[in-house]
Amino acid sequence: MSKKIIKEAFVKSLPVCAGYVVLGIGFGILLEKTGYGLSWAILMSVVIYAGSCQYVGVSLIAGKASLAVTAMTTLMVNARHLFYSISMFDKYKDAGKKKWYLIFGLTDETYSLLCEGACPEGADVHTYQFLVTLFDQIYWIAGSAVGAVLGSVITFSTAGIEFSMTALFVTVFVEQWLTTKNHLPAILGLASTAVCRLIFGREIFLIPSMITILTALTFMRKQTGEVEVHE
Amino acid sequence: MNNTYVFLMILIMAFCTVLTRALPFLFLRKKQTPAFVTYLGQVLPYPIMGMLVIYCLKDISLLKTPFAAPELIAVVVVVLLHLWKRNTLVSIIGGTVCYMVLVQMVF
Repeated sequence: MSKKIIKEAFVKSLPVCAGYVVLGIGFGILLEKTGYGLSWAILMSVVIYAGSCQYVGVSLIAGKASLAVTAMTTLMVNARHLFYSISMFDKYKDAGKKKWYLIFGLTDETYSLLCEGACPEGADVHTYQFLVTLFDQIYWIAGSAVGAVLGSVITFSTAGIEFSMTALFVTVFVEQWLTTKNHLPAILGLASTAVCRLIFGREIFLIPSMITILTALTFMRKQTGEVEVHE
Repeated sequence: MNNTYVFLMILIMAFCTVLTRALPFLFLRKKQTPAFVTYLGQVLPYPIMGMLVIYCLKDISLLKTPFAAPELIAVVVVVLLHLWKRNTLVSIIGGTVCYMVLVQMVF
């Protein structure tokens, strides 16, 4: 593994760093307040590694949820990950030993960094994907640990810093828009999710939205099939 | 609540999470990817990114003051910065700083 590829992967992962550290800290603080400290925060960030799911997990733990409710809630909150793995199927299927860690670490943010499949010249693409995924998880674990230890001590106001995740997705969205001719799939994603949010409310709108997107893509294959990438 | 039970909850969350990420890899054969999955693989990144943008904005309210102004202004700043510089880090840092100033000092 050359220094160059480590550096390239690190630079690629930087946009996620601030957001993950901050969201991780938020998670660590919340969990600590329910009576579960540092080792629990690290345990959850190592074995679960899913932002919104861990936040919901804190309230499940605080509310003494049953194991069945825990399972169902996790599946609902994370259902969108199914989209990422379908989308990355061809890119990850030949990754050998690294494949299962790549799949395990396929969060929203890691997906947004890797979905375009760009890789520095001459580098092994799977090593590169592995490193980006690993760096992202390290930021997340570090944030959780910091939050659990000194969450209540932080004095300067970080209110609003969580917007960095929104900014990341908007940036990737614009970048994709600039590199494709056919904007129908992008508009479909925005519009159907916005409409489903209005109709179904903030708790469950992603599931109907995913069904709408999948159905539309199936029937509009002729219109959406040629997503030519140009520079 | 005893620690064993919480530990069990965490294991279940971990299992269900990885399940949502691994399902296609468990059920599809690696040799011949179905044409439909290849098609989805190519086309899905675009609607997914639109979906994630809305997902991040799911808690805004257009009906109550300040009418989601901090979020909408910051999103426009990110878009303009990216059209101008096309540098991911510049767009993210610029938009985030703008949002923090808006929510801490303006609204």
